[in-house]
Amino acid sequence: MALLALKNVSKHFDSTPAVADVSLNVERGEFFGLLGPSGCGKTTTLRMIAGLEKPDSGTIEFDEKNITNLSPERRGFGMVFQNYALFPHLNVFENVAFGLRARHKPKAEIAGRVTSALELVQLPNYEKRRVDELSGGQQQRVAIARAIAIEPALLLFDEPLSNLDVALREETRGELRELVNRLGLTAVYVTHDQEEAFALCDRISVMMGGRLLQTGKPRELYEQPAQISVARFLGRNNLIRVLLLSSSKSALGEFKTLEGDHTLRLPIRHDESAPINKPYFIAIRPEHLLVSRSSERSGNVLPARVRELNFAGATSSIKLDANGLQLEALVLQPDGLAIGDSCFVSLPPERLLLLKDE
Amino acid sequence: MGDEAGDWVTGRPGDGERSTQSPRPHQPAPHLHISPSPRLILFLITGGVLIYGVIYPNLHVVVSSLQRNHQWSLANYREAWSQSVVLESVLTSLAVSILTVLFCALAGVPLAFLFERYSFPARKLFAVLAALPLVLPPLVGTLAFIFLCGESGILARLVQSVFHLETPPWSLRGWTALLLFHTYTMYPFFYVLTGAGLRRIDAGLAEAGRSLGAGSVHVLLSVVLPQLTPSLVAAGLLTFMTSMASFSAPLLFGGGVRVLTLEIFAARQRGDLELALTETVILAAFSLGALIFFQRYEGTRKFAAAAMKGTGRRLKPITSGKARTTAVVGGVLFASLLVLPVATLVLVSFAQDGRWTTQTLPPAYTLANYARVLTEKDASEVFTNSLSMSAIAALAALVWSFCVVTLAMGKGSRGWKRLLSLLVLIPWALPGTVVAVALAEAYGKPSPLLGSYVLIGTFWILPVVYFLRFMPLVVRALQASMEQLDPALEEAAGSLGARWWQRFRRVTLPLVLPGAAAGTLLAFVIALGEYVASVLLFVPSNRPISIAVASELRDFNLGAAAAYGVVLIGIIAVSMIIAARFDRRRS
Repeated sequence: MALLALKNVSKHFDSTPAVADVSLNVERGEFFGLLGPSGCGKTTTLRMIAGLEKPDSGTIEFDEKNITNLSPERRGFGMVFQNYALFPHLNVFENVAFGLRARHKPKAEIAGRVTSALELVQLPNYEKRRVDELSGGQQQRVAIARAIAIEPALLLFDEPLSNLDVALREETRGELRELVNRLGLTAVYVTHDQEEAFALCDRISVMMGGRLLQTGKPRELYEQPAQISVARFLGRNNLIRVLLLSSSKSALGEFKTLEGDHTLRLPIRHDESAPINKPYFIAIRPEHLLVSRSSERSGNVLPARVRELNFAGATSSIKLDANGLQLEALVLQPDGLAIGDSCFVSLPPERLLLLKDE
Repeated sequence: MGDEAGDWVTGRPGDGERSTQSPRPHQPAPHLHISPSPRLILFLITGGVLIYGVIYPNLHVVVSSLQRNHQWSLANYREAWSQSVVLESVLTSLAVSILTVLFCALAGVPLAFLFERYSFPARKLFAVLAALPLVLPPLVGTLAFIFLCGESGILARLVQSVFHLETPPWSLRGWTALLLFHTYTMYPFFYVLTGAGLRRIDAGLAEAGRSLGAGSVHVLLSVVLPQLTPSLVAAGLLTFMTSMASFSAPLLFGGGVRVLTLEIFAARQRGDLELALTETVILAAFSLGALIFFQRYEGTRKFAAAAMKGTGRRLKPITSGKARTTAVVGGVLFASLLVLPVATLVLVSFAQDGRWTTQTLPPAYTLANYARVLTEKDASEVFTNSLSMSAIAALAALVWSFCVVTLAMGKGSRGWKRLLSLLVLIPWALPGTVVAVALAEAYGKPSPLLGSYVLIGTFWILPVVYFLRFMPLVVRALQASMEQLDPALEEAAGSLGARWWQRFRRVTLPLVLPGAAAGTLLAFVIALGEYVASVLLFVPSNRPISIAVASELRDFNLGAAAAYGVVLIGIIAVSMIIAARFDRRRS
């Protein structure tokens, strides 16, 4: 049984729907991500889990109890806010001790728990500091210490790293994951940063327009996006509009591209077969395209011309024009190609993903 | 539930103390802020004060003005209109106010530009001095003005003795005197609001204008001025409202200028209550009209604030020797102009009554005036009276403003909140004369709302008036502090397990208290010098300071009147310094 379960949760603000019919389960000990572009409803979902917003409909269950209408202070969840929300009039110690004081813990226990929470976030001996004296990264750690000091039943993160610079963000990310693992906490983590979600989370739900599109492990989402919008949102993707040509029972389906008039073959499962001449999308990641000067490879090889070359350090991106079909490839070495050169691009059948038009 | 679950992390069983806090299952819990029963209490308090203090008395005045012998009738208005003196006083009030707005803008706006755009020696000192007349009680300011510029004031005597004139060179009466005084006391509205507006404007915008090829005058007219419009309109409306409500200045040296507030006062003194009521409604209508415009323009100020990002403006140092000298000399002249009336007041407060006849300056000095006002029992008790009544009013306003602001910032429709803030602002927008007349009419005889209790003639009437007139200042100060408060702080406190009173006591209260305390002190000092409503409602056994000042003046005890004024200014200065401390702590 899942530790946290959202069942058909919806929320409107005035007349605009923010979250529509969201259902998800978070298992005990899991690091769960809510990923989506800004305004997709992920923060609202998190706030409903925290009790800061009340769903219009649907239920939220925790540990098999209905907590939909329970006020935030009675949930015992720790939350790390995007802007940290540290109390400016209290010092570091009092900030971390806040939740313990609210629970009327004895003094000695408060002191002990604050000290160990600050040690966990690597800020020992910072008790007496004022919070406005701290750097962004340190404030961040105090916010995390404050949330874990109450030994939360669930830890909620609302884009906690978005105010840090890139280097610090990556460093903190690693420490955060390690800390949550060590304490055996269950976490729900909201972010718009795909890389961050992939690095941190055991499982991720992709949200768009208030709806959950797909939930799965990071690799599954990346390699098997269930929808075009997920494929578009998670990393770069070549999306090729195609028509199904043959619906033979054979392993390979035959598709004609709408741009460039090429024929692509890929294995299709029987349940994917659909009426002929219905538009589909075929998706392939840029790093899976193979570019070469000769056409010696077999399978889905298209003649193309180099339109653009972008050097990006470890890799280079090549924009190709295959008779009107625009493709992007990511390669380690551009193989001496220059703009205007003719070449061949190969789309390996096992890398092609068939997606229904939405 | 949440509590028990919290313990699986450490594997500890839920301790007894925590489990006593765990809620009954499926108890409907509120969304945020506070639970329903405290909210109901806040609602009742707020509603009660607004009904008793704002809605009922003002409605009563309107209804009474529309009745004659308990019959609905427009007779009062027809009669008022047929008396040329009423129409004339309406037109006079409007003319005085419009001219006041004009002169105040001419004085305040350039001054704000000078202080916000250029740096020169002692800029900060002058910038603070320039806002000084804002906290000068109108009656005391009037007094100081008479001593300085009146026909037997120091300036007139000086001119008379220098040029060996037979008669005083001028008489401080009528339009010139009134407009001069109004400009002196009200230009700070323009000065302060324009200054704030200039600080909000993104310097980058003006720079963008310059880079697009616009000259500095063009930039001023097409970039800076449009963004200042909300500030200018707000300042204009504030000046207009204050000028319409002005009472002590027209009373003491208005001469033949019959303004509406004076007419109401005179009609009440004559016993013509119906006419007084009708005139009150007319005056109130103008003030409320201005208030509604004011509220609308306040909204657009947020737009200006939202655009603020990017470059801050650097003050342009005035470096050329000539300009620098001009600025400093101008500043010194200006500061002396502001300080001179107060200095005169101090001087006169040490003058021996009766010895100052034809000399330019009082010939003999004494501490007798202070000894009299501070030690003689019937003279000094006015301080205790005013201090206690103002303190009661200000503290009540502080407590009440927490009720109002909590409601105004909580859940609820926008229309409802706008109505709430309008109702709160009404007593502040209404001239003191109107508030006093409304309360006197509503609570002067046994009424169903108060049972058989009559408020007029008791100790409590003045604290109630002070509370009503000045609580909007506290509400606005508190609301400004609350709006600056990051809502995530309260949410963080909630997620850490703090109940609403813990959140209030440990997070909200410590963070908004400095701002609220500054607002409370401001209300307190303004109540200390209140005269307009006091003169209509005071009880002889409980006179406030302003009434004592006026009666000393009437008996020609100029020294004693000045001494009262100086002590009052002293108390106000100390309070304002404390308030500034609070204000600094807030930021």
